[in-house]
Amino acid sequence: MSKIPNAFKNGTAFIGFLTAGDPTIDKTVEYILAMEEAGCDLVEIGIPFSDPMAEGVVIQDANVRALKHNTTTDDVFDIVRRVREKTDIPLVFLTYINPVFFYGYEKFFKRCAELGIDGIISPDLPYEEKGEIKDIALSNGVDVISLIAPTSKQRIQKIASDATGFIYVVSSLGVTGMRSEIKTDLNAILSDIREVTDLPLAVGFGINTPEQASEIGKIADGVIVGSAIVKIIEQYGENAAGPLKEYVSDMKRASNE
Amino acid sequence: MSRGRYGEYGGQYISETLMNELLYLEEQYNHYMNDPDFVEELNTLLKEYAGRPSLLYYAKRMTEDLGGAKIYLKREDLNHTGAHKINNVLGQVLLAKKMGKTRVIAETGAGQHGVATATAAALLDMECEVFMGEVDTRRQALNVYRMELLGAKVHSVKSGTQTLKDAVNDAFRDWIARVHDTNYVIGSTMGPHPFPMIVRDFQAVISAEAKEQFMEKEGKLPDAVIACVGGGSNAMGAFYNFIEDEDVKLIGCEAGGKGIDTPYNAAALTNGKIGIFHGMKSIFNQGDYGQIAPVYSVSAGLDYPGVGPEHAYLRDTGRAEYVPITDEEAVEAFEYLSKMEGIIPAIESAHAVAYAMKLAPKMDKDETIMICLSGRGDKDVRSIAEYRGVDLNE
Repeated sequence: MSKIPNAFKNGTAFIGFLTAGDPTIDKTVEYILAMEEAGCDLVEIGIPFSDPMAEGVVIQDANVRALKHNTTTDDVFDIVRRVREKTDIPLVFLTYINPVFFYGYEKFFKRCAELGIDGIISPDLPYEEKGEIKDIALSNGVDVISLIAPTSKQRIQKIASDATGFIYVVSSLGVTGMRSEIKTDLNAILSDIREVTDLPLAVGFGINTPEQASEIGKIADGVIVGSAIVKIIEQYGENAAGPLKEYVSDMKRASNE
Repeated sequence: MSRGRYGEYGGQYISETLMNELLYLEEQYNHYMNDPDFVEELNTLLKEYAGRPSLLYYAKRMTEDLGGAKIYLKREDLNHTGAHKINNVLGQVLLAKKMGKTRVIAETGAGQHGVATATAAALLDMECEVFMGEVDTRRQALNVYRMELLGAKVHSVKSGTQTLKDAVNDAFRDWIARVHDTNYVIGSTMGPHPFPMIVRDFQAVISAEAKEQFMEKEGKLPDAVIACVGGGSNAMGAFYNFIEDEDVKLIGCEAGGKGIDTPYNAAALTNGKIGIFHGMKSIFNQGDYGQIAPVYSVSAGLDYPGVGPEHAYLRDTGRAEYVPITDEEAVEAFEYLSKMEGIIPAIESAHAVAYAMKLAPKMDKDETIMICLSGRGDKDVRSIAEYRGVDLNE
């Protein structure tokens, strides 16, 4: 059974993303724990990939940094193992599908089950291709998190009715990255989804300021932040724990204001 | 076979944000391909603007020199813009215009697809932006200027290996932000469905014409069809109408670079493994843990770490065969065809010429080979001179 529901028990969830191995494997373990301490309810761990097509420059660069010292899928599992010695915070992988396919679906999800990974988000696995991993993931207690975009429209019905864990609502068109303004009519999308499912709805893409978190927090069940966290890690390198804690705790507070 | 699948290959492994647009593209494509006015308009452009049908030329000197099968060249190099790329681009840009789009984007490796897209965009009055790896903008500086001359904006892509695959990444990143007014005019039989199908269909004119031309000249079909394969669009076009004719051997030539035993090649079907990338399940050059591998070829147009899904399927079913050709073999063929027939081939197409040079002598004189001469080689003169150690700046 996935621990994802726990993330949504404490007000609006704050969901933080970082890329595994950026800047190092040890630091990723430390930063996940630091984020949890500061109030992060669920951590998305990015498995680095050579060609992160859905990412903006900030997360692209993090992938480059992690791959420069050859962070492998097994290293990422090792990070999870070490984190799990300290906490049972819900953890999901954010990964392009090829590293999972290459590792072998059976072997990958068995490992996820052993280590207590609760979900997987794959930006290149839309509803039509979810069958690649759906059964094997679920049988290992891993939710396949569905994404819904501003362009999804009539697809919302089938995506949402098939979803488990939570739904990742993409705030705007484009790749990941910090945006000064989110213009999408999120209210309309969220209410369309709520007609289909009672799953928690978390909004991501572009959110970086407490003001945005507060706005999204009023209408969604969770606020997802990636690039802004990665940017802090980029800026502070091996000394990012302090600034990360400060940022996450501000954002968690703002999400619930 | 299920929709968008070629055996287990193909599919739509792409961001949710793009899914409705891909479904819409497929619907519009099917609609317009059944609309006689659209088909007529496209055929007129292919004839009056691109210069089709392209010639099927009997390479007499080459045939006599090699002493085996009769060699014919399907002269895609004589198309407007100098390569087969225009066939696909006229179709896709016209379709984009009919769909109400105002802007097209494209990726390019050697620059031929970028030039073709910029050309069609100028002709059909569309905004055009082209993504090209920074390494390629240096290898093919002339084509960058050519695209700008045609009114396109060229983005020099600095991420990753700064070649074709990175250009594709950035084109998708642009499209995902501007699906409302933009069509991605993809240059090869790759990417998520419906692109491999659309590009194949628009390129299939090559084999449709060739079939008729062979019947006219030889009274029979060729015994072998040879084409170079990067993503695989000219090969798919050259193969497609012959697939049912099982006596016609279909041979794709991949970039063997400095050798398939070295890390410096782009021969996906020789060295790659099955994977999922750029929207499709297919065969890719990849390292441990499924990271897409950096690839290498003297030819910027073949410098891609994968291959279109239908080629992977044709290989698995045994219908087509794929062989690696090294840089050295391709450069020798580039020089050979220039001297022997007075035709300077694109370095990409020279990979196909190189294999014909190996195959023809082993075949009978009453047998025939068709080489798809996918492009002209003017763009490559500088880099081949460099390869041979000739400094053109002195």
